[in-house]
Amino acid sequence: MLFFSKRPTTKSLLSVKPFVVFPLLAMSFQAFAKSSEVVADEAQRWGMNMPQGVTATSNEIYDLHMLIFMICVWIGVVVFGVMFYSMIMHRKSSGAVPSKFHESTIVELAWTIIPAIILVAMAVPATSTLIKIYDTSDADIDIKVVGYQWKWQYEYLGEEVSFFSNLTTPQDEIYGRAPKGEHYLLEVDEPVVIPINKKVRFLITANDVLHAWWVPALAVKRDAIPGYINDVWTVVDEPGIYRGQCAELCGKAHGFMPIVVHAMEEVDYQQWLDAKKGEAEELKLAMSQSFSMDELYARGEKVYQTNCVACHGPVGAGGVGPSLIGSSITTGPMNGHLSLMINGVQGSAMQAFGEQLNNIDMAAVITYKRNAWGNNMGDMLQPVDVLNHKRSL
Amino acid sequence: MGDHGPAQGFGRWLFTTNHKDIGSMYLWFSFAMFLMGGVFALVIRAELFQPGLQLVEPEFFNQMTTMHGLVMVFGAVMPAFVGLANWLIPMMVGAPDMALPRMNNWSFWILPFAFALLTSTLFMEGGGPNFGWTFYAPLSTTYAPPSVTYFIFAVHIMGASSIMGSINIIATILNMRAPGMTLMKMPLFVWTWLITAYLLIAVMPVLAGCVTMMLMDIHFGTSFFNAAGGGDPVLFQHVFWFFGHPEVYIMILPAFGIVSAIIPTFARKPLFGYASMVYATASIAFLSFIVWAHHMFTVGMPIAGELFFMYATMLIAVPTGVKVFNWITTMFRGSMTFETPMLFSIAFVILFTIGGFSGLMLAIAPADFQYHDTYFVVAHFHYVLVPGAIFSIFAAVYYWLPKWCGNMYDERLGKAHFWLSFIGLNVTFFPMHFVGLAGMPRRIPDYALQFADFNQIASMGAFLFGFSQVFFLFIVIKTIRGGKQATEEVWENPEGLEWTIPSPAPYHTFTTPPAIK
Repeated sequence: MLFFSKRPTTKSLLSVKPFVVFPLLAMSFQAFAKSSEVVADEAQRWGMNMPQGVTATSNEIYDLHMLIFMICVWIGVVVFGVMFYSMIMHRKSSGAVPSKFHESTIVELAWTIIPAIILVAMAVPATSTLIKIYDTSDADIDIKVVGYQWKWQYEYLGEEVSFFSNLTTPQDEIYGRAPKGEHYLLEVDEPVVIPINKKVRFLITANDVLHAWWVPALAVKRDAIPGYINDVWTVVDEPGIYRGQCAELCGKAHGFMPIVVHAMEEVDYQQWLDAKKGEAEELKLAMSQSFSMDELYARGEKVYQTNCVACHGPVGAGGVGPSLIGSSITTGPMNGHLSLMINGVQGSAMQAFGEQLNNIDMAAVITYKRNAWGNNMGDMLQPVDVLNHKRSL
Repeated sequence: MGDHGPAQGFGRWLFTTNHKDIGSMYLWFSFAMFLMGGVFALVIRAELFQPGLQLVEPEFFNQMTTMHGLVMVFGAVMPAFVGLANWLIPMMVGAPDMALPRMNNWSFWILPFAFALLTSTLFMEGGGPNFGWTFYAPLSTTYAPPSVTYFIFAVHIMGASSIMGSINIIATILNMRAPGMTLMKMPLFVWTWLITAYLLIAVMPVLAGCVTMMLMDIHFGTSFFNAAGGGDPVLFQHVFWFFGHPEVYIMILPAFGIVSAIIPTFARKPLFGYASMVYATASIAFLSFIVWAHHMFTVGMPIAGELFFMYATMLIAVPTGVKVFNWITTMFRGSMTFETPMLFSIAFVILFTIGGFSGLMLAIAPADFQYHDTYFVVAHFHYVLVPGAIFSIFAAVYYWLPKWCGNMYDERLGKAHFWLSFIGLNVTFFPMHFVGLAGMPRRIPDYALQFADFNQIASMGAFLFGFSQVFFLFIVIKTIRGGKQATEEVWENPEGLEWTIPSPAPYHTFTTPPAIK
């Protein structure tokens, strides 16, 4: 774009009354600067802008976002200003006579070089922020995050604490049969808990398809990819509950696998962690116990409502998945039912729950399905049966 | 040759090798696809009118987002530009027809079959493609519905059609220009299409390779994209976006050409910086090959990769800026009137620039960590594609329709169509910036309550925009059926060979090459 010139016509270009344009621009600049803070506050209140977040990174990204945005606004004011000026002043209907100029190397050079300089000015802070974001070294806590269709698993590395985090918004709210709660679609049964003022590193991967783990207030978003482990980090400044969502299309319930981060004081976090470890111990013990039909049924119903309801419906009548009422599986041989639950069905949406449910929950949910909704099989399964079955595979 | 008119009946269209007939078929086909893709979009917007699931289930919603994208990109925008190329390039360079007329016929006629295949998947067991128009593996392979095979075959056919169309355009431009029509005298529409055609030839085979690898993974046990078999889901994204990024310029470069033709006519002033426009187009085309991974900032690339793709992406702002400045300087100190094509072109410059701004914001990798896969991205690419590609096509139709059919369109109706579209589009897509920044992910059928208001507004805008296009259909049909006789020049002193022939353009034009001054 630089190698041409016939007759430079800068002169005719510049003969357009800059004294009209520049004071106008300057005035609008002042007015804008004053009102921009008010505007920013209002925009935040109306949910029109990026939240500032609660980490140093999120604040840095917010500043970067506002910087680039304001540069764009100013370029826009100048460019569109000139454009509207000529649309108003240079109309045929008001008798404007067209000029003939159509080339100017100097002008072309100017509007190639000036934007390039502005870009460099943008690239500098962007680069420094990016380098900080990429420094995942020296983490205090490592949490492995695994995306499943459609839930998140959190594993506290070295602590033997691991759990799934499922959406708790009831189907009734989603289908408009009940009023929607405050945290509609952004609520889970077990949030991931982290201490404040500690560098927490998330090691993110996926079990089936791509997902993306995103919490806007932490400004952390990273794809969860099968076969990869991506690492990101955060240091949260304030205790609180921060909500996010899966950000990569992952199938049917992509919109229904939220992320909730509960950041707490370090002491509280330690307490929580100890309690979690205790639970894990208890669970281990319980694995060898036997449960009554009622206990299994009650527990199974809860497991069902968390893990199965999305496909098989609230009363087992089916939906995306087949009906479980009187089906050949739920009223068929126990071993077949158990194998199917553990291994899933290849090529269908039925997942392998062998790794996702512990043996108690597995026994409970199978017992529930065989006895609920008029299936009335009357048989039940104990955790130890599940264990033996898994061993025999 | 004058009495060598078109054949009669359906055979005329089936067997035609005439660039004008084929151009018309491309345009009608693309408009049909535009309406179909629009209906899919309205299903999406209707479901998103309020929180909760009301009209469709999430599975079907995902099919709608996927089909909307595929149909609009491959069915509406690309064939429309090929249709315009067919009609205009021979007339603009003073050629009697396209260089390869039989191939031209074929490249059009395989398209309806491709889209029939693609659309039929919606009625198949398991439903149509539901993995987004970007069809990331393994959602589109291991976890895809059985109809994915039809989708792959449809994409192959579309690719073949595009490649044949591009070969034809390149052959025509390079070999069939009238004596004296040197490269640097060609109208910018011809230039931008020449560059676009090269982009198409470069990247459509990459897309074909991409879907072929999917086919292998699905049916023949390979593991190109399956991590469990030693493959790599990220490889899919690299291959896809190596096609996908040039693809977005394929959808915008011809638009640059159209606007560069229209603005000078209605500013009554020659285009400012013709040569720089050509160089800027070429620079954009080159840069389009080295920026693909900016669609993948969150996959966890090494920092060197992030930085490279961030810098390269930011660079695109320079040649794009040159273009915008050139258009505005063309308007500057002109003598402007605001007929419908000019209105659409001005809206193009303003709204495409806004889309460019959000593109620049998205280029900043750390900020993209917040924007990525949110409605901010949806707002961005709709701002460059709807007022970019689609508005330029509207502008072109209003600008050249009198030449094609010999009648003037109704200016009052044209302006009404413009304003309805302009308002509808901004009401639809502007609020998407807000919900995106506030944290709403894209491709979700239901959303948290804080996003409700802006979604409601966007849905209302979408219906306004959608129904305005039925109005456009009415205007075009009305113009074809009658109206004020158009003159040869149609407009006041427009530049270009197409304005030297009668309106409507005879079935055969420039059978003897015109003299070029």
